[in-house]
Amino acid sequence: MPQRRTLVASAIVVLLLALLPLSGSRYAVDLATEVLIYALFALSLNVVIGFTGNISFGHAAYFAIGGYACAILLTTYDWPLAVSLPAAVVLAGLVAAAVGYFCVRLTQIYFAMLTLAFAMLVWGVAFKWKEVTGGDDGFTGIKLPAMLAHHVGYFYFTLAVVAAGVAALWVICHSAFGLTLVAVRENAVRAGFIGVDTRRMRWAAFTVAGTFGGLAGALFGMYHRGMYIENAFWTESANVLIMVLLGGIYSFVGPIFGAAALHLLQTFTNQYTPYWPTVLGLILLVIVLVLPDGLIGLAARFKAHRGARRGRT
Amino acid sequence: MTAMLSIAGLWKSFAGFVATRDVSLDLAAGELHAVIGPNGAGKTTFFNLITGHLRPDKGAVSFEGRDLIGLPPQKIVRLGIARSFQRINIYPRLTVFENVQVALIAHEGQQWNLFRPGRSLHREGTAELLELVGLAAEAAETAGELSYGKQKQLELAIALASQPRLLLLDEPTAGMSPQETAATIASVRDIVKARGLTLLFTEHDMAVVFGIAERISVLHHGEIIASGEPDTVRNDAEVRRVYLGEHGGHG
Repeated sequence: MPQRRTLVASAIVVLLLALLPLSGSRYAVDLATEVLIYALFALSLNVVIGFTGNISFGHAAYFAIGGYACAILLTTYDWPLAVSLPAAVVLAGLVAAAVGYFCVRLTQIYFAMLTLAFAMLVWGVAFKWKEVTGGDDGFTGIKLPAMLAHHVGYFYFTLAVVAAGVAALWVICHSAFGLTLVAVRENAVRAGFIGVDTRRMRWAAFTVAGTFGGLAGALFGMYHRGMYIENAFWTESANVLIMVLLGGIYSFVGPIFGAAALHLLQTFTNQYTPYWPTVLGLILLVIVLVLPDGLIGLAARFKAHRGARRGRT
Repeated sequence: MTAMLSIAGLWKSFAGFVATRDVSLDLAAGELHAVIGPNGAGKTTFFNLITGHLRPDKGAVSFEGRDLIGLPPQKIVRLGIARSFQRINIYPRLTVFENVQVALIAHEGQQWNLFRPGRSLHREGTAELLELVGLAAEAAETAGELSYGKQKQLELAIALASQPRLLLLDEPTAGMSPQETAATIASVRDIVKARGLTLLFTEHDMAVVFGIAERISVLHHGEIIASGEPDTVRNDAEVRRVYLGEHGGHG
């Protein structure tokens, strides 16, 4: 049964990650924390891209809402984490539902442009509402419970939350809902004629994506002890979009690999050269020209190729 | 007898071109009715008007007494009407099995279930439908890689999964070889009879029509020029002129 294999493989990955702090390297632990957060962010975006076939260009909006809301509730209002985090996630989901209501009326480039427009509005609010968000200076000095103040404690917290988030997304994407979404993506006309309200399905998917994007954002803000308007800017939306494309949109786990690959590449590149945007351009070229199905597609093709060679000899 | 499907005074034009001109048609429950006409006669437009894919400019369509005009396809399906398309309409990247499985999930209203694994649902029902249309052996194949005739059969299985009382098939044998055509027609007739369905289908191949239809309507330039039992229609002078004559008289 593939489900048991998935479960065992995931448990092994989580266990190996849990052992990472034993290495004693703060650098490794911090990097892993960032990769985990981006993996959840990318996976959440793929609910819209991979499962409904529409490209969102404004996913940073929900990341930022989750991040700012959690930060503000924790710090300005002094709410406990157990309330602030869920509240931030729910808020991100509600905003995604409101924005999605309009966006799912459109498809393709018009859908992408509308998601971008709403994301810029969110950025505008973060920028202008200085007394609440800190505006240009960012929102800094987030108060964290003592247990999470240490980088190892925060790593374990992130690992637990991301693992739960990924598990929840896995269940949703493989549910009857998820399978029907794929049908809508593949052929919306046909899906309508089997009795599916395709627009409402896409709306629900958009809301799910925003909710989990908000969770990733909340983790991100707390990790950095601050949220900055760049986190709401369209370049952040582009970044996560590239992670998804690099990993592969037609596979559930693809975006996780895309997020890890892109973030690690960016970190290492920045150590040697300030020309990360150039490198990013090259990566984009490679995706478009030779990796249309992303890294996961490449792995599948490699496997098929090896299988065919073995069959011949 | 009251009609199951009642179509009255249906009009549709596209940028001045009248595709459907004052079409009226009553369909009794259990009837096997064919709409024939040469390519471009307006058969597909007519179908799209009935199933909510297009909105007529004028006219009424009712199913079991309920007005269908303005209802979206997903609501019309839930009333008990399912359709296939002339140009193949499946989910090419899903497996044959999943193509039918999703239709059963939607029929049961389970598309909103975010927790139950989709691939574990309706395995028996899916297998039965695939068996019925002769695709049991191809269940695990990617739907887009099936032969053309088999994709048509798959569409039939998808339509049947919605448990319709009225089945609308748009050119069910278009693009098939003569052997495939004969097999498909026999299978459609058997399924429709066994399940007590009402069938409305469009077709341009006359041989197909006379092998299955109990009543025939002839569509020409968007207008029904004759309607009745096969023999009456075959001998209708107008029909012979505009339709049969064009095909060198093999009917």
